[in-house]
Amino acid sequence: MKAIVTVVGKDRVGIIAGVCSALAAYRVNVLDISQTVMQGYFTMMMAVDTSECTLPLGELCSAMEETGMEMGLSIRVQREDIFEAMHRV
Amino acid sequence: MLNQNDILQTQDMIDKRHLDIRTITMGISLLDCCDPDIERCCEKIYRKITRCARDLVQVGQDLEREFGIPIVNKRISVTPIALVAGACQADSYVAIAKTLDAAAKQCGVNFIGGFSALVQKGCTEGDWKLIRSIPEAMASTERVCASVNVASTKAGINMDAVAEMGRIVKRTAELTADNQGLGCAKLVVFANAVEDNPFMAGAFHGVGEPECVLNVGVSGPGVVYHALQNAKGQPFDVVAETVKKTAFRITRMGQLVGQEASKRLHVPFGIVDLSLAPTPAAGDSVARILEEMGLQVCGTHGTTAALALLNDAVKKGGVMASNHVGGLSGAFIPVSEDEGMIAAAESGTLTLSKLEAMTCVCSVGLDMVAIPGDTSAQTISAIIADEAAIGMVNSKTTAVRILPAPGKSVGDRVELGGLLGSAPVMPVHEESADAFVARGGRIPAPLQSLKN
Repeated sequence: MKAIVTVVGKDRVGIIAGVCSALAAYRVNVLDISQTVMQGYFTMMMAVDTSECTLPLGELCSAMEETGMEMGLSIRVQREDIFEAMHRV
Repeated sequence: MLNQNDILQTQDMIDKRHLDIRTITMGISLLDCCDPDIERCCEKIYRKITRCARDLVQVGQDLEREFGIPIVNKRISVTPIALVAGACQADSYVAIAKTLDAAAKQCGVNFIGGFSALVQKGCTEGDWKLIRSIPEAMASTERVCASVNVASTKAGINMDAVAEMGRIVKRTAELTADNQGLGCAKLVVFANAVEDNPFMAGAFHGVGEPECVLNVGVSGPGVVYHALQNAKGQPFDVVAETVKKTAFRITRMGQLVGQEASKRLHVPFGIVDLSLAPTPAAGDSVARILEEMGLQVCGTHGTTAALALLNDAVKKGGVMASNHVGGLSGAFIPVSEDEGMIAAAESGTLTLSKLEAMTCVCSVGLDMVAIPGDTSAQTISAIIADEAAIGMVNSKTTAVRILPAPGKSVGDRVELGGLLGSAPVMPVHEESADAFVARGGRIPAPLQSLKN
């Protein structure tokens, strides 16, 4: 199953590394990354594959949210279907 | 591949514009729970509900986390209890209401609908017993919702039932006076009630429905309001298009969540109810959408036309987004649950008469309207009759959920709390309709041709 990870926070060293290691620890595969820094704020969106994930998706969402809080970031994991449903006919 | 803007737009709707799934409602048939012994009937009802809806709340919570969209309410609707309890040898059905309440608590849902009777043409013994049990049932339970269908386009208006419902509404308010007449917020009087409505307080599981089904109600007045802010000064063609596109997106969320929930619960997916359901939160108001179209205050001249456009565009946008549409589908105008409506009613611009006109073109009817506590039962019956007539003649669902606030008069405010909000007490006409209501009988069904 595919999911979208959205990361927002103040830019600093090691955000991508931190988020990717956390995802790797749960065996989540990163498929695509797009990121920008606007006025010091870091915004990253990742398409990931969760089919090998060691946690049920709901728990992954909570776990990544916690990781985000520890890192001073907002990390949100959502199933890709919600965006597909809304924006594709 | 999705682009960043799509993702950000969806998240923005959820975070800042109050986009949510308003309710996933499981409809459960209780027709197999009939029993001459009311205690055994209650046992069967409790067992069936807690078995069917055991995982409803858990699945709802899981989906909220996975999709990142709030599912505000998880609810249950059941077969109209008058049908189930008709076989019971008992004079009151309050025990069944208490059973429903206990089952709702066990399942963790916040409301259970279906303490209902369908009496548009006449009342059976069981219907009368149910109707007369309503005040005590509303006072002695927390989560049970009651509804009575008193009219339909095909049957006309049952004026005996209308007269009785005036008294029942009044009595319900008196018995729940400690809570500002809260019982009346859980009691709806319908014309042309629908069988697959997921929204409370009027939800019940109709007899044409399957054993168990999952219906979804979407929401999103805040999203529509925000979209219209980008169409300032544009002609109505653009307004309608904007609403349609927004409604499409909102409804797709409902369709997705509903399908997924029905798969996990192993229950067929019923319908998406395309409703714009406001909340008392700022920025989640239907009244503010109408004002955004160019009205200074909701309720002024032009409001009915604005609402007609909104209601129609919501349906047109939503229909293509879902494979089955049903329920009440349209814009709701519950006064106490809509921050803009509350403000408009307090300013005196939005009156009961204007609300009645608005119900001709939108979903449902006089909803969550507080009136003085000393309003007579006959006046309440007359208000119900007017609203039922609108539904009957226009072949649409209308309803009355009215709160005669005990001890309150015009200018006071009723605080109901939570999603029910607060309502300013609105004036009703002082002149009597007693002799009109006292006639009883049935208003015949209207002609369906020669429409003028």
